[in-house]
Parts: sequence; structure tokens; C-alpha cells
Amino acid sequence: MQSQERQQNSAPRDDAVIHAVNLTRHYHVRTGPFSPPAVVKALNEASFDLYPGQTLAVVGESGCGKSTLARVLTMIEPPTSGQLTINGQRVELKEGQRPPRELRREVQIIFQNPYGSLNPRKTVAAMLEEPLKLNRSDVSAEQRRQKALEMIEKVGLRPEHADRYPHMFSGGQRQRIAIARALMLNPKILVLDEPVSALDLSIQAQVLNLLSDLQDEFGLAYVFISHDLSVVQRIADDVIVMYFGQPVETGPASEVFTRPRHPYTQALFSATPVADPNRRKERVKLKGEPPSPLNPPPGCPFAPRCFMATEECTHGDPPLEAVTPRVKVACIHVEKEGAI
Amino acid sequence: MSTSTTAVAPGTFRYQFVEFWGYFSASRGALVGLIFIATILVVALLAPWVAPHDPALQNREAFLVPPVWHAEGTWRYILGTDAVGRDILSRLIYGARYSLFISAMVVLLSMVIGIFLGLLAGYFRGWLETLITRAMDVVLAFPSLLLALGLVAVLSPGLTSAMIAIAVVQLPYFVRLTRAAVMSEKDREYVIASRLAGAGHTRLMFNTLLPNCMAPLIVQATLSFSTAILDIAALGFLGMGVQPPTPEWGAMLANAREFMGSAYWAVTFPGLVILLTVLMINLMGDGLRDALDPKMKRS
Repeated sequence: MQSQERQQNSAPRDDAVIHAVNLTRHYHVRTGPFSPPAVVKALNEASFDLYPGQTLAVVGESGCGKSTLARVLTMIEPPTSGQLTINGQRVELKEGQRPPRELRREVQIIFQNPYGSLNPRKTVAAMLEEPLKLNRSDVSAEQRRQKALEMIEKVGLRPEHADRYPHMFSGGQRQRIAIARALMLNPKILVLDEPVSALDLSIQAQVLNLLSDLQDEFGLAYVFISHDLSVVQRIADDVIVMYFGQPVETGPASEVFTRPRHPYTQALFSATPVADPNRRKERVKLKGEPPSPLNPPPGCPFAPRCFMATEECTHGDPPLEAVTPRVKVACIHVEKEGAI
Repeated sequence: MSTSTTAVAPGTFRYQFVEFWGYFSASRGALVGLIFIATILVVALLAPWVAPHDPALQNREAFLVPPVWHAEGTWRYILGTDAVGRDILSRLIYGARYSLFISAMVVLLSMVIGIFLGLLAGYFRGWLETLITRAMDVVLAFPSLLLALGLVAVLSPGLTSAMIAIAVVQLPYFVRLTRAAVMSEKDREYVIASRLAGAGHTRLMFNTLLPNCMAPLIVQATLSFSTAILDIAALGFLGMGVQPPTPEWGAMLANAREFMGSAYWAVTFPGLVILLTVLMINLMGDGLRDALDPKMKRS
């Protein structure tokens, strides 16, 4: 019950590192030389709280607004509407404006592609020292180097790697370097935008273990964006399932994974392969493609593909409503049937 | 706390140079180019002591004397003389001073300005980009020689105005190349990461983006070098560039053109020197680009 009240009166619990209320990000897209620009709702009314040491997983298929959420949270782009509070401080950002230094330090990001996220012309040490150089004028050059070397060892690389260039490393090692760089300013929040999807399975496990260790050591809060549900199940505390830019189901990972309620969540989870030959597969199959963001369907955006859809679904977008004390679902049928 | 495994500590300038030299000298072409250019530079600097004659001195007894390996050739004029009896070898040696200096200045000038404008255009986009690219399109729309001629005419004929004019004519290539490279790199994740680390516009442009855009620019610089030599020559030929009797390679080539049939040496040697210089600079540029690219480094 406590969590429900917390989100309704929209006052952050004292120690929340991220408090997001109805975060929305729209893009204006030019569709033709003579037609007026169309609005793409890349992210629609996402609300959540994130606490130190916790992992919030954001799952959904491609194009569902996961990466837009990452860009809004890292303050690369301001939200079109909604409130974002980071570490107790309201983020008030205009288009094209840089966030204030003390906020910038709190949130760092790890990108999916470890081959594009490291500057090919800089050594590992130079990359790790850059954030300190730019934000901590009190740290001397030797101290910077010292800190960089410490961080290199912390993420499982060796000190002699410090003066090498990114192309000399494998994908997993590069992701370690990216993690080290993100941690140089001691942030409280790390946005992980599909951090392991570009890596081999065995390397994925290593990097995930590293992330868990670092979370314990520094009390980091993770926003873990992924489409790989087996990975999410392993590390997430809370889950947001997104479809077409909006959250369709939110709640603790344990509850959402044992009992997915929203039809989209069910379909998504049933598509995850399970390494158990004796388990009978009952796949919830979806028809069709996600709708075009330029031409959204009336009512529930999932209705055209939903196996539970009725005529009623085309009237109005279903709001996110609590079905248990901690799980919220945006579907009119879930409430009616109580449990499916 | 640096790893002192090698004789020279990493991170120092000396270390970087030793490393750079290792990669540069691994390319034989680059080495040959460097030696050739260095030789020409030394000869040009020592011209008064190396050249056998005064480059402007005309000998009325010796018009169009052929090179020494011809029956009529003499050791006095090793590469022969031109139509007014000046020693071609001496003129080539003195001419190296002008040709190399002019081309280097032209390339430097248009590269620095071009990179700056290109970075601004590619990084900020918007009206600034439109302004810069349209201005460059205007420059490109004129035949380059015509524009250079017009500029020199406005600025009064002479060496400095010729250099400025040719630098302006070369500018669009650098601007466009830089802009295109910046645009393709700008949205890469490492740039965003650097921005999140707190890098401002200046740092992103010059420290993060520019080094990653240098490869095509180095090649373009070596190509521009050769174009600059030829353009200066053309201006000189039209009386708008280097004024006679200054011994400049291109002007020598242009002045001797009418004797191409009867006295090939007056045209061949300046042409050959220009060709070799341009070729060697290109070879050196290739080596330079590879040596400066960390991706080519072996661990």
C-alpha cells in the first residue's frame, strides 16, 4: 500500500535518486514539404521512482521508447512535459541546454555498442581522466592518473591497459572501459542502454556480474534498458514494460515475472526461449506489427494486435491502474477479470 | 605512477615522437618522400652556396644551351639555359624557396580557416551552416583560376595577394570535407559520452571531433599542396602572381612553354621537379595519415 500512496501524491520518498512523474517526450517530424509537422509521441507519461542500490528494468520491443527514456534521464534531451527530479533536485532544462554540473555528475550512461562509445583517438587513461579534468579542478594530474588506474583495476582490467587505444580491446573489455569511464565521477545513477546485448553470452555474464558487484560497492541505482528478459529477470528489482511509448505494466520484478497480467507482457514473456525441453510451450502469438507512431490507432495502442481486444478497447487509452498493491497495468480487461 | 617498461616513459612528448617515428618509418614510401622533401628544403635554404649561378643573371652568349649530356652541352650549365640565357639548375634551386614556401603557406592558411569553418558548420548546423556552405558554393561556382585572378587584381598583383587568392580558392574543399566528417561523427556515442562528462562546445569540436576527422584532411592537404604550386604558376604566367625575374617553378614552366618543341629541357626540368615534389609530398602524406591513426597501431 505504501508504494501506491507514494506515487499518487507524487512527493518523492526522501532517498529516491530518480523521481519521475509523467515523463513525456514528443518529436516533431516533417512528413512532407507541404504537410504540417507530425508529432511522434516517443515517450508517454512514464512515472517511476528509483532508490539507491536498486535496479529498474525497462523492457519492450524496439521502437517502444526505451532509448528515448534513456536520453531524457541522462538529460541529453529535456522532457516535453512531466517532472524529473534527480537526487532531490528538480531538472528544469530547455531544449539544447546543458544540465548544471552537479546534476550531470549524478547520471552517467553506458551505451549498447561498445565499438562506438569509445573515442578511437584516445587512450584508455585519457578517456577515464577526461571527466575528472572537466569537473574536478581540485584533482591534480597525478591524482587523476592514479584514480584512472584504480578504476581500471576495479572493472577487471590491468594497469598496463591504460595507455592502449580502444581498438586493441575486445567487446567485453571495451564495455568494461565504458563502465569505468561512467564511474569516474562517482555518479549515483547509471543508465544502462542495452549494455550487454552486443556481447557474447559468456561475456554477458561477466559484465553483468561486474555490474552487480559495482552496484553493491557504490550503492548505485541502475536503469537497465533491455529486451532480453532472461537478463532482466536476473538483475531487476522493478520492471517497467513499455509498448508504443507508454508503460503498460509496472511492478516488482518478482511479481511481474511470476504472473504477467497485461496481454502484451504475456506475449513478450512467452516469446523468451527457456532452456527446458520438457516444458510445454504455450506461446501467446501476436499478429501484425507495432502501429506507426505517425498514425496511432484509436484507444489502446495495443488493441489491434491484442488477443483479448474487444470493441471497447478502441474507446480511449486505458490508464495505468493498480491491480495489486504494487503492480499497475494499463488494460481494461485485466481489471475486469481480476486474474487471467 | 607511470609504467616504465620501455626506456622512455609513456605520456611524454619524446615517447610519442619515438612511437610516431616507429610507425612512420615502417612505410618505405613515406620515408622516401620525407628524405626527398628534406633534401629539397636543405638545398633551398643553402641556395646561395649550392647554386652555380645567379638565378637572374642572363648570358647573351648562351641562349637555350642544352643540358650537359648533349653534344653542345657544357658543364657550365648542367641542366642547360632558358631563352634568355639563365642557368636552369640555379633557377630550380632558388625556385624551390618560393614554390615550397608559397605552397606551404597556402595550404596552411586554407586548412586552418577551412577546418575552423567546417567544424562550425558541421557542429552547430542551422543558419550558420547554411551561411558557410552557401558561401563556399559561391566560391566553387567560379572557375578557380578566374576567381584567383579577380582576387589578385583587387588586392594588387604580388606574392602575398597570390597566396591569399589561392588559399581562398582552395578553402571550400577543406570546409566541405571537415563538415561532412564532423556530421558523420557528431552523433556517435563517444561524443555523447564526452558531452555527458561535461565537455563544452569548444572541447567537443577541437578535442573530441577534430582528431577523428583528420584522415581525409591530411590527404586533401597534400593534394592541395600540388594544386597550389600549379595555381601559383598559372597566376605567374598571367602576370598576376610571382613577378619576373623571380625564379618560381611554375613560372619557369609557363615561360618556357613556347620552346617545348625546340628546347625540351627548359620545360622538362621544372615540370619534373614539380611532379616529383608533388608525388613525394603525397607519399609522405599517406605515411603521416597512417602513423597518426591509432587504429593502425599494433598492440
